Amino acid sequence: MKRFLSGDEAFAEGVRLARPQVISAYPITPQTVVVERLSEMVEAGDLAAEYVHVESEHSALSCAIGASAAGARTFTATSSQGLLYMAECLTYASGGRFPIVMMNANRATALPWNIYGDQRDSLALLDHGWIQVYAVNNQEALDLALLAYAVAEDARVRTPVMVNLDGFALTHTYETVDVPTPDQADAFLPPYDGVGNRFDFDQPVNIGFSAGPEYNRYFKYWEHRDMLDAAPQVIEEAEARFAEVLGRRYPGMIECVSCDDADVVLVTLGSAAGLARGVVERLRAQGVRAGMLRIRYLRPMPSALIAEALRGARAVGVLEKDVSFGAEGTVFTNVNSALHQAGANVPTYNFIGGLGGDDISESQVEGMFAMLAQAAEGNANLPRVSFLGIDSVPSACRPPEQADAADGCSTRSSCDPDMPCLGFADQGAPARAHSMGLNSPLDCSMRTEVRGASAIPRISGTAAALADVGGPAMCDEGGR
Amino acid sequence: MALNAQTISDDEFFFGHKACAGCGGSLAVRAALKVLGPNAVAALPAGCMSAVGFNFPQLAFANNAMITPFAATAAVLTGIEAGLRAQGKKPDDCTVVGFAGDGGTADIGLQALSGAIDRNDDVLYICYDNEAYMNTGIQKSSLTPFGAKTTTTPAGANAHGCLTQKKNLFEIVAAHGIPYAATASVGYLPDFIRKVERARDIRGTRYIHVIAPCPTGWGCGVDETVGIAKDIVDCGLWYLAEYEGEQVCGRTGGRFKLNRDPREFSSVEAYLRRQGRFRALSDDEVAAVEAARDAKWEAMRREWA
Repeated sequence: MKRFLSGDEAFAEGVRLARPQVISAYPITPQTVVVERLSEMVEAGDLAAEYVHVESEHSALSCAIGASAAGARTFTATSSQGLLYMAECLTYASGGRFPIVMMNANRATALPWNIYGDQRDSLALLDHGWIQVYAVNNQEALDLALLAYAVAEDARVRTPVMVNLDGFALTHTYETVDVPTPDQADAFLPPYDGVGNRFDFDQPVNIGFSAGPEYNRYFKYWEHRDMLDAAPQVIEEAEARFAEVLGRRYPGMIECVSCDDADVVLVTLGSAAGLARGVVERLRAQGVRAGMLRIRYLRPMPSALIAEALRGARAVGVLEKDVSFGAEGTVFTNVNSALHQAGANVPTYNFIGGLGGDDISESQVEGMFAMLAQAAEGNANLPRVSFLGIDSVPSACRPPEQADAADGCSTRSSCDPDMPCLGFADQGAPARAHSMGLNSPLDCSMRTEVRGASAIPRISGTAAALADVGGPAMCDEGGR
Repeated sequence: MALNAQTISDDEFFFGHKACAGCGGSLAVRAALKVLGPNAVAALPAGCMSAVGFNFPQLAFANNAMITPFAATAAVLTGIEAGLRAQGKKPDDCTVVGFAGDGGTADIGLQALSGAIDRNDDVLYICYDNEAYMNTGIQKSSLTPFGAKTTTTPAGANAHGCLTQKKNLFEIVAAHGIPYAATASVGYLPDFIRKVERARDIRGTRYIHVIAPCPTGWGCGVDETVGIAKDIVDCGLWYLAEYEGEQVCGRTGGRFKLNRDPREFSSVEAYLRRQGRFRALSDDEVAAVEAARDAKWEAMRREWA
């Protein structure tokens, strides 16, 4: 049945269809709607679950762990500080091989306090042994509630799954969603059979013990191996079965859009992929060989698939809503490792944006492609890691109302060679770019500048394509 | 059937562990599990009992048992109970029981314990109180008594051990309106066993706070555990009491009961002086401990009798 649902509501519908037996609930923006809807479903008798009002996120996951050890299918949900507060319990859940499914509404982490979306929360906990999957829209969010249990509970995997929905961009945005019938859901997802990892009154067990140096590595190796080896296969099988039963086919660990012959590819995850897809489609229509790679599952890390998809590209960007302070974006690190291991020598660039709910605009994404095009042409002086709206912002950027309308740019102008935007004396003013199918309607918005010691040479020839760029477009219509 | 030394099960449910000689905590766990039987499901947080009992491959619980995050004993109990019940798989004689130390209960685990009591989850929580973080090597907790030397409350020229009073956790728990709460001591094992049995047969959240001396941390002989655990009750620095919530006793606000009201206390000074941890206490400080005891007993006799 088609319904108009927010991401939170869609996910709650998916949880209802998955029939968890225990739900531990604690509110946090922007996840709260999920536990509200679930409580209503339980109250109405639409969902036969023990609904536990825990007193903290730490207890939310601990309660789920206890219930899972008892053999029940369990669900909990959180976000941001709540995820961080329960962080230690994440390793108990994964090390104990409890197939809990948890929804995380991706949200910024304090300080400064901020309730809006970014991915600092889940990415900070990437190493805690959970399968991590990122939804691109509300339909996928709902479907992932079912798929996540199928994957987590598979005896080959037995690993908890964190389903990530971008805060507000998905959780509070309404879309038309096809809600499966209970019969369809039941046909796809059998009841949980926790044999071997649950309490047993005939043959009592001690679960979740300690293991010293002589044994510890084996448990850790199995945890790693099962996620790395078994999960991708189980995910593929589950998606194939899901397609059979529900008629929607998901693309596996990653989703590639026009990557095959792409010169420039933007890698991203979550709802930003919807934005990137639109830009790629438009660039393609203009003859630019652009592609987009959406990482659906970041754990287990689909390194080989990513490297294979990016191998032919001449420049790759990674757009993510997080940063590992003092280093670079965590997804960037992971993608670089994948490429390096595969011997794929592709220059990569990290775009850190969307922090604290900051919008990422189409023109910024276009600017990223423009910069990647420049990189593809051999410009070695582009910043490897840049913050949208900061590193790339021309220091002397004029607000939009002061923009030189005469050159057709709504923002200040690197269009004007006599008036460099950058404030770096040694930097030549970029020329307008017209090659690679991009021409004037786009190029102004793509324009950005590089801050740094190296001068950016004037662009000439085909490289000028997208080229008067040195970093993602910050000087876009929004006048950032 | 009221259990006693003759009628309690010969079965053992906690053995082969590596607790220190004279461990009072392991005695409490052992006795409680004998009362609760093979269908008990136990959860233990980080702490002495999990450290000595859950060493793969030497697992010391004969019944279903699991380790929990330090702060989460009560939350995991909640989950276990809900999980079993939701599946219709909870045997009638199944007690979901937690064993946590004083730090795991009164400090880091207090929030989760309060939550479970608030929800009135059908679980039994047993705090074995050895009055400090013993598993990490004798650091002060909020249940460390005044004057006790620990590795974080040193006894020196400026301070004679712990400067704060022992948190009154029994009454904090009772203030929730819990169906049943009790204090106990491993020195009075029949009383403890009776309370575990009582708690076993009451539905809702139950809490037992049992004093469990730790020779390693208290500075006494390994054969003195039971004697000291008697002594602390006899001298009045601990008390044997019960609280029945409204739903159990029928009285608005519930009812406290003193199980043992000695006409005369044994010597506080003798109790303190036989332990290394109180060695630095001055005579004045001992007198202050005694005065605090008297005030506490006056209040208990007035309000609970």
